[in-house]
Amino acid sequence: MPMLLGGVYLFLIVMAFVFARTLAIMRFYVPGLGAETRPHSVPNFHAYFAAWTAGFFMLLMLALYRLFFAAVGSVTIPLILMALITALTCLMSFKLTQREFKARDYVEGFVQFALFLCSGVVILITFGIILSLLFESLRFFEKIPLTDFLTGLEWSPQIPIREDQIGEAGSFGVVPVLLGTGLITVFAMLIAVPIGLFIAIYLSEYAGRRRRRVIKPVIEILAGIPSVVYGFFALLTIGPMVQTGMAALGFDITAQSVVAVSIVMGVMIIPYISSLSDDVMSGVPQILRDGSYALGATPSETVKKIILPAAFPGLMAASLLGVSRALGETMIVALAASKAANLTFNPFEAVTTVTVQIVTLLTGDQELDSAKTLAAYALGLILFILTLLLNIIAISIVRGYNAKFHR
Amino acid sequence: MIDQPAPLATSPFNTSSPARLPKFRCRNVQAYYGKTRVLHGIDVDIPDQSVTALIGPSGCGKSTFLRVFNRMNDTIPNARVTGHVEMDGIDIYSDQIDPTVLRARVGMVFQKPNPFPKSIYDNVAYGPRIHGLADYAGELDDIVEHSLRRAALWDEVKDRLGEPGTSLSNGQQQRLVIARAIAIRPEVILMDEPASSLDPIATARLEQLIDELKQNYCILIVTHSMAQAARVSEHTGFFYQGALVEYGETNQIFTNPVDQRTQDYITGRTG
Repeated sequence: MPMLLGGVYLFLIVMAFVFARTLAIMRFYVPGLGAETRPHSVPNFHAYFAAWTAGFFMLLMLALYRLFFAAVGSVTIPLILMALITALTCLMSFKLTQREFKARDYVEGFVQFALFLCSGVVILITFGIILSLLFESLRFFEKIPLTDFLTGLEWSPQIPIREDQIGEAGSFGVVPVLLGTGLITVFAMLIAVPIGLFIAIYLSEYAGRRRRRVIKPVIEILAGIPSVVYGFFALLTIGPMVQTGMAALGFDITAQSVVAVSIVMGVMIIPYISSLSDDVMSGVPQILRDGSYALGATPSETVKKIILPAAFPGLMAASLLGVSRALGETMIVALAASKAANLTFNPFEAVTTVTVQIVTLLTGDQELDSAKTLAAYALGLILFILTLLLNIIAISIVRGYNAKFHR
Repeated sequence: MIDQPAPLATSPFNTSSPARLPKFRCRNVQAYYGKTRVLHGIDVDIPDQSVTALIGPSGCGKSTFLRVFNRMNDTIPNARVTGHVEMDGIDIYSDQIDPTVLRARVGMVFQKPNPFPKSIYDNVAYGPRIHGLADYAGELDDIVEHSLRRAALWDEVKDRLGEPGTSLSNGQQQRLVIARAIAIRPEVILMDEPASSLDPIATARLEQLIDELKQNYCILIVTHSMAQAARVSEHTGFFYQGALVEYGETNQIFTNPVDQRTQDYITGRTG
């Protein structure tokens, strides 16, 4: 049925278009009339005007029909209504298609409106997601108090086996989960930021055009590797490698250690940071470089004293973007990190992360309003707030810097 | 290496007084961008403690020639300079010359004012810090003040040395970068169309400054304004299609040019 309606919809729009265009051509281009009677808009705009009108009102009608008469479920009535609207449009077009009618201006307005609508939809969707996160989280906090959630030191969402099972609400203390996320993120950034930054400095200030043309795409391949590949790499290669390495030193550690996960995650984030930082540093005006070289500075002095300070806000933004990627990264940690929460600062122990817990909470058959399922929303909300805060910090750093030096 | 006494100054064959010695001697200087030759064998002597103007239509090679003297062409990929350039009798393209040391002696001012995104003070102190010119506590302050005074900017900025250099007006920014160049005590100042982004008042101020600076420095200035060349310079070189067509005293070039192409350019028939 939708196929039929869609086909008819398109057909009727084309009909309105052809009708208005033919009419305009017939009316405007009468042999023997001079240039002074030229129409305000060429026939195509009259045609577009009719097509837009028909298309818009048919869509509006279909939406209203579904909203109020969904129960009727008839296809004939919408078809008749659509035909009726097209007929009305043609009638309107018959009256409006005159030399003075400013169809071109109206079409411009339509285009603007349609473009605005697209961005509006995205804004609506965003708010929808935030609101749903918020309301589901509130339901969670009805079962588990917010303070317990934020300050609890133990995380073990218990899995109900039978519906009528009582007791054992499980513990939902988010601290060890957040700490784990933070620990992995910090160690991942310790790898990604310096290496990414040095790559960017090399690419933008030292590598010639030819080397840059080879190196840059290769690094960007790294960004194209699916994160699940990184994940099993962490699980099967780096984890055991770190484990045996530490065993050789006499330490008995797990293969799921923070260090192993962070190494792989850091490598995954390197290309984001290097690529963005390279863009930022290449964007520093050449005349600043020339000014520094002309004063007898070496390339490394120029990088340290001119390029890095000038590019600082952009570099900061690149790093914070890397941090939010690390916070939200799921596949690597889902495969290679622990599922059990562990309150520790030791990078050689196993920890869990927010994303791992969301995956664990929601995989398999779940009851939609158990505390366990709702906890996923609360975790999602926390993750969202963290990333939002990072973005706000990044923006305010950039703003503050711009206000000082680029007026 | 570059600090050695100039051999030519002590040469028994040289009878003229040291002050009359040319600062630069160029012989058969050629420059290439990739395979394109943009300078076709320039021979010229540039005198010290005076202003030499380089004029000519856009793309004639005068800016490239200016950048020969501080080896700034080295920083452009694919650019190559051949031939012989002597500063005080020393070949500045020899392997023993470190371009960063050369550039400390040959300052440069660019077409667009390019203060660093730092404070006024730090802009001027940039060069002295790099080259370690301040020996005792407070000397850096002295260098900064002296350079800003020399560039006729001190009175306007002395109360706001901590503000960003970019907060100054265009004309002030151009004097700031001149102060920045002076701060490393160069012997030569190269200026690449320094007034092209300035209004007439700021330009007049800059020309007055150039006039004062030539007591102590060898100044080379590339300019599109023939009136400016006539006002500020003692010698003028006319470039056309990568060749130095005519070089001589400014007076003579503008009143009685030898070459027909020079004549056409200064009277506005070409360029």
